[in-house]
Amino acid sequence: MSSSHRVRVSVDVDGSRYVDDVEPRTLLVHHLRERLGKIGTVIGCDTSNCGSCTVLMGSADGEQHSVKSCSVLAVQADGTAVTTIEGLAGPDGALHAVQQAFHELHALQCGFCTPGMILSAVDLLRENPAPTEAEIRAGLSGNLCRCTGYQNIIRAVQSAATALRGAAAAVLPSEVTV
Amino acid sequence: MTAVVEPAAAAGEVGAARRRKEDARLITGRTRWTDNIALPGMLHLAILRSPHASARIVSVDVRPARRQPGVIDAFSGADIAEIQGSLPCAWPVTEDIVHPVRPPLADGFVRHHGEAVAVVVARDRDSAVDALEAIEVEYEPLTPVLDLAAASRDEGLVHPDKGTNRSYTWIFDSAQAGTGTDVADAAAAAEVTLHRQYIQQRLIPAFMEPRSVVVDPGMGEYTIWSATQIPHILRVFYALLTGVPEHKIRVIAPDVGGGFGGKLQVTPEEMIAFFAAQRVRRPVKYTETRGDSMLSAHHGRDQIQDITLTATRDGTLTGIDVKLVANMGAYLGLVGPGVPILGAFMFNSIYKVPAYRFECVGVFTNTTITDAYRGAGRPEATYAIERAMDDLADQLGMDPVELRRRNWIKAEEFPFTTVAGLVYDSGDYDAATDKALDLFDYAGLRAEQQRRRDSGDPVQLGIGVSTYTEMCGLAPSRILGALRYAAGGWESASVRVLPTGKVEVVTGTSPHGQGHVTAWSQIVADELGVAFEDVEVLHGDTRTSHKGLDTYGSRSLAVGGVALVEACRKVRDKARVVAAHMLECSPDDIEFTGGAFRVRGTPSSAKTLADTAFAVFAAHDLPDGVEATLDADATFDPQTFSFPHGTHLCATLVDTATGHVTIHRYVAVDDVGKVVNPLIVEGQVHGGVAQGIAQALHEQAVYDESGTLLTGSFVEYTIPSAADLPHFVTDRTETPATSNPLGVKGVGEAGAIASTPAVVNAIVDALRPYGVDDITMPCTPERVWRAIKRGGAS
Ligand code: FES
Ligand code: FES
Repeated sequence: MSSSHRVRVSVDVDGSRYVDDVEPRTLLVHHLRERLGKIGTVIGCDTSNCGSCTVLMGSADGEQHSVKSCSVLAVQADGTAVTTIEGLAGPDGALHAVQQAFHELHALQCGFCTPGMILSAVDLLRENPAPTEAEIRAGLSGNLCRCTGYQNIIRAVQSAATALRGAAAAVLPSEVTV
Repeated sequence: MTAVVEPAAAAGEVGAARRRKEDARLITGRTRWTDNIALPGMLHLAILRSPHASARIVSVDVRPARRQPGVIDAFSGADIAEIQGSLPCAWPVTEDIVHPVRPPLADGFVRHHGEAVAVVVARDRDSAVDALEAIEVEYEPLTPVLDLAAASRDEGLVHPDKGTNRSYTWIFDSAQAGTGTDVADAAAAAEVTLHRQYIQQRLIPAFMEPRSVVVDPGMGEYTIWSATQIPHILRVFYALLTGVPEHKIRVIAPDVGGGFGGKLQVTPEEMIAFFAAQRVRRPVKYTETRGDSMLSAHHGRDQIQDITLTATRDGTLTGIDVKLVANMGAYLGLVGPGVPILGAFMFNSIYKVPAYRFECVGVFTNTTITDAYRGAGRPEATYAIERAMDDLADQLGMDPVELRRRNWIKAEEFPFTTVAGLVYDSGDYDAATDKALDLFDYAGLRAEQQRRRDSGDPVQLGIGVSTYTEMCGLAPSRILGALRYAAGGWESASVRVLPTGKVEVVTGTSPHGQGHVTAWSQIVADELGVAFEDVEVLHGDTRTSHKGLDTYGSRSLAVGGVALVEACRKVRDKARVVAAHMLECSPDDIEFTGGAFRVRGTPSSAKTLADTAFAVFAAHDLPDGVEATLDADATFDPQTFSFPHGTHLCATLVDTATGHVTIHRYVAVDDVGKVVNPLIVEGQVHGGVAQGIAQALHEQAVYDESGTLLTGSFVEYTIPSAADLPHFVTDRTETPATSNPLGVKGVGEAGAIASTPAVVNAIVDALRPYGVDDITMPCTPERVWRAIKRGGAS
């Protein structure tokens, strides 16, 4: 438990590179919040059940997947790229379709679960661009919300899915000609 | 300024589905949770908690912890015995209530698993937590008192020096109160009697944001951030408990991540952090883990309910007799003793009953304290009466909706004085129920039920009915006083009109998810003719909002919203005088229509609020005796409660082979009076229904026989995920409250009150052919399966 032993960790978070020496036991979520000042990511439990701490993580140039940042050590994030709720909107501040849909459809009340819920939904829609209600419910079952009863969250994810498919379709036509 | 500028928002914000102003930062992570606060020089606090439910503390040695790296201070209850006092109970419901001392840090004894025993203050969180291991505590374990019924018979004592576990006995008797007749007479004359015992299991509020508190001791001027529902009440108690003068204390509730009553408390941790900051003279932060939260944040419900209904053979209720045993936990919480008493007025619900008696015994056990949890007393009462009504319908061979209809107050009978002595101002139970039956396809589902029964389908269908009312808008101060509550129930609002016509509103409510910033902006927009965007709502900081009684009991709109309307109307009255002066007419000739002050008969001659605000700011030409301000304050103290009501219907599919329950259809029709923002109202209903379903099917706080909390994390305490909940059909009827100018009633708790009996009634209804007439919550597959086996065997 000596705090003298530290390991160098380099991680890209929301487009900026951070290089720090961290204790091997440090959780990614604590590294994000306490060292990097990324306090948009929050902690709701200590058993990896609530999903409040969810971020997207992947290789710097590849796909990112949602992970619970309380179940990843900071040292495991070395060399990866992480997107938190703070980096999800475009550089111009334009909201991601999922963020926009959460706002439009009142999918949050206290908002504590919201960062994790939004990032899980982003990942869900990447894997399954047209999920059924049951698939959304199952796909978000690792994220707990105590306020909303989930109904508006489901609606928001459905609405974002439609918006994202529309955006994708708008990009495709030049290539997909019939 | 020649042309009249039409205001951006004419009337019509109230009732609109405005998207919330709060969302912008919550969906982008630019949030202000208490745990996000980092002050220069701030230290971190960790708490050592009792592993025992009951023990004598033989010794605590914190010195080894003080020698750990990074540790600044470590102390136990004995070290602060002189100053720490006792945590408050603001609702001693009887004159002779037994109210044991509750030190924030245990001193001499621990009386529940998780009670705080010692504290480390260190440079960072890890150092503080690590150093806890170095603290040496010797306990002499005692036999804990855990079983509620046994505790009520004083079989073992939680506080031996008190000589009893019974904190209080509180009785309401309609014969004595003069609000009705004697239940004994009703019992003697009864053609039909139904007796039931229902168990309200212990729940954990489980707000998603763990509690957190930061105390900056400054130079004797304390600034405290806390994840609390009650910054104003907390400030008063900090002053009373620490001796630091109130004006030297500022309490801030920044973004707060849910509460549901669970953050309506003055907590040991808030006091401990205060004393720690006082000792080390540096800012101190404590953020609980989920595990700490489950152990130490107050629990809810936990009652044994004995209810007797008497009726005539045609189903007319003649009496309700209720005996409660309510688990207080090891001590009394802030309003804990009053929680079951709030239910005392609700067992008669929407029914006309001539005789009613209620008796509640508050009992100590070696468990975490109980206190308010969403609905606080009213869900418990509604559960008992609505379960009993379904059981009575079964006994009489009547349809449960018809039994209720026979007994409920008719729309034309309002205002109606109930047997519990409350005056219901308004309601239309037929309208709400008819709408719900329609949306639900009640007849169709009954036919489906019959088909499954006839064919012996292993999956049976049940229909559960719950018609409820509740008392909201806590509360008329005079009534609270009569019930021995220490504080009042008014709410306050201030409106400041800035020179450019923008408006700042200060509210005494303290939202933590309810969307007050949005709803209050809508109210102000309509009242003052300003744009929704031009209103800023300030709350949750005793420096800007010095006066208020905070958010709980579905009170914010019904009390705080009304205070806001009254403040706006005072502003309007002031602006009217200025506008009249500007338009060179008498104030009596001015009317406020279309969002502007207009000369009666010449509506094109008009001034907006902004026009008058600038005239007041310049103050070059004000009428004599007119102050150079449009600002106004108002405090509203309701004369009575408000009474939302509604009908919830649930259809369940019960797999008789596995005991698995699926909610097949859920319809909620609520009447919350006038609606300011239908999106927010719908969201509150969704969340409330989800929590009520969770009580029916999923959640229970469980202690083992040694008093160890077994459900100490989200692994064991299973709050439902999206995959566990159904789609809800929600709708409304709208019977405006007559008791306030907005016509509003309150919605925060309705869903949680109505849904639990609807679900359990549906499960029991599915299984009546199997001889099942009750299942103790939560109705897990195992319990349902056992009930089927037991019922079938009998
Ligand atoms: S904080 Fe709960 S899953 Fe990570
Ligand atoms: S919005 Fe409060 S926990 Fe989800």
